[in-house]
Amino acid sequence: MTNQPLKLLAALLLMASITSCVNLKEYQKNRINDSEMALSNRKVEKNELNFQSYRESASGANAGKTGGGCGCN
Amino acid sequence: MKKVFLSVVGFSLICRFSAHAQTKVDTSRNKKPFSLYQPVIADPQPTEYNPRALRVDEINLVSSYYGQNGNHSAITGGIGTEKVTDISNGLDLKLVWVGDNSNKNTISLGLGYDHHTSASSAFVTTTGLGKQGGTRIYPSFDWTVENPKTGNTFGLGAYYSGEYNYKSLGGDLHFSRKTADKSGEFSFKAQVYMDHVTMIYPSEFVQAITPVASGSTYITTASGNVVLSNGGSASTPSLATKPRGTYTASFGYSQIINSRFQVMLLADVVAQNGYLSLPFHRVYFSNQKDTIEKLPSSRFKLPLGFRANYFLDDNIILRSYYRYYTDNWGSHSNTANLEITYKVSPFFSISPFYRYYTQSAAKYFAPYEAHSSTDEYYTSNYEYAKFNSQFFGAGFRLAPPKGVFGWQNLHELELRYGHYTQTTNLVSDVISLSLGFK
Repeated sequence: MTNQPLKLLAALLLMASITSCVNLKEYQKNRINDSEMALSNRKVEKNELNFQSYRESASGANAGKTGGGCGCN
Repeated sequence: MKKVFLSVVGFSLICRFSAHAQTKVDTSRNKKPFSLYQPVIADPQPTEYNPRALRVDEINLVSSYYGQNGNHSAITGGIGTEKVTDISNGLDLKLVWVGDNSNKNTISLGLGYDHHTSASSAFVTTTGLGKQGGTRIYPSFDWTVENPKTGNTFGLGAYYSGEYNYKSLGGDLHFSRKTADKSGEFSFKAQVYMDHVTMIYPSEFVQAITPVASGSTYITTASGNVVLSNGGSASTPSLATKPRGTYTASFGYSQIINSRFQVMLLADVVAQNGYLSLPFHRVYFSNQKDTIEKLPSSRFKLPLGFRANYFLDDNIILRSYYRYYTDNWGSHSNTANLEITYKVSPFFSISPFYRYYTQSAAKYFAPYEAHSSTDEYYTSNYEYAKFNSQFFGAGFRLAPPKGVFGWQNLHELELRYGHYTQTTNLVSDVISLSLGFK
């Protein structure tokens, strides 16, 4: 219950943050659109992420699969 | 909650500062920023999809070699060799066509094939003469439709993975929505995996079959295996399987902050149920008796991630990733990754990277001969131990406009090597090659 005001404030700040980010013209997006600026894993990382998810407890949130795969030992 | 609050405050400040910086950039409207690179059209118009007929858009081939060594194998109860080698090959084929409604349709067909050797697998039998290798095959399918005007997408996917002791069947539904100004994007994916674990037990737990003297009958052993006993002889047992389900809801929100900086917030909510142990993992109790691993039949995981990529100048890109993870088995972890991409030329880059990972132990973990036989759940799998790990290496990317090595169809080549160490003494090396064909 004591966390409620904090949650509300966090939500408001998040909304304010997002709305404060400025629009870009197309000609300003040459860097953002560079393939190495992509907000994702590289294709070449695929198998690295697999072995990390088998050797560590954590996986998911865009770094390793959360299910499926193998019954590895 | 405090962490979430501080993260949001930090994100807010970044945006505020960036917004201020961006205002200055916007005032020089006619001055195009200097760059080595040609601008890329972010939102292609429908007229670009010509011809509209189905065509192969891209083919990607990723191959890796992985080698590992350690001395905490779960098969031998937390002691013994963990030597593993694995060769993986994955092929992805992307097919594109434009529908009558001008929507862009993409079909992705994937096929993966792995072959591994595992020294510890030999010790599923007490003689050490068990199977040491195996193969895994995993086809996948995805269909995504994109509205070229809004950039919104919707798609469905299916997935299968099969190897001798584990079968997995999965499906997903995903969509994404861009904000009105297209600087932000919300994405969602719901995934279901229905898996089956083959009940291969350590040999000392496999009961000898006593066939019936006459007639035919099926005998179910204590381990669940079914045997046909026929006139004094018995067939090779068919191995029983147990189900495991994984249900994931993945949320993402990406935001362009300014012309050099973009961020993404990620969150997965994961629930698992069914048989979450592996039947060939031994546990040795403090009284020296052994048994097989026993873990609860449900697990809830919550990974929260954050990505931030920054184009420092015309040659350097900083790619960063952070993840906080928690689950109801008592494990918490933090992952931080930084990659610095240096563009030697617009078509050749070198990317050294460093990843640091730390986790606390799951409450069901104890090392060799440390569990009490009165414990409700027990495992000596070091995946659930407390440890830190480091992973570092470098990647190289070639993408010349006339094709790699002058071969027009080979538009991209990436080579990456990484060395991994855990404080449990596990070490591994991985080298991967990715080839992209157009």
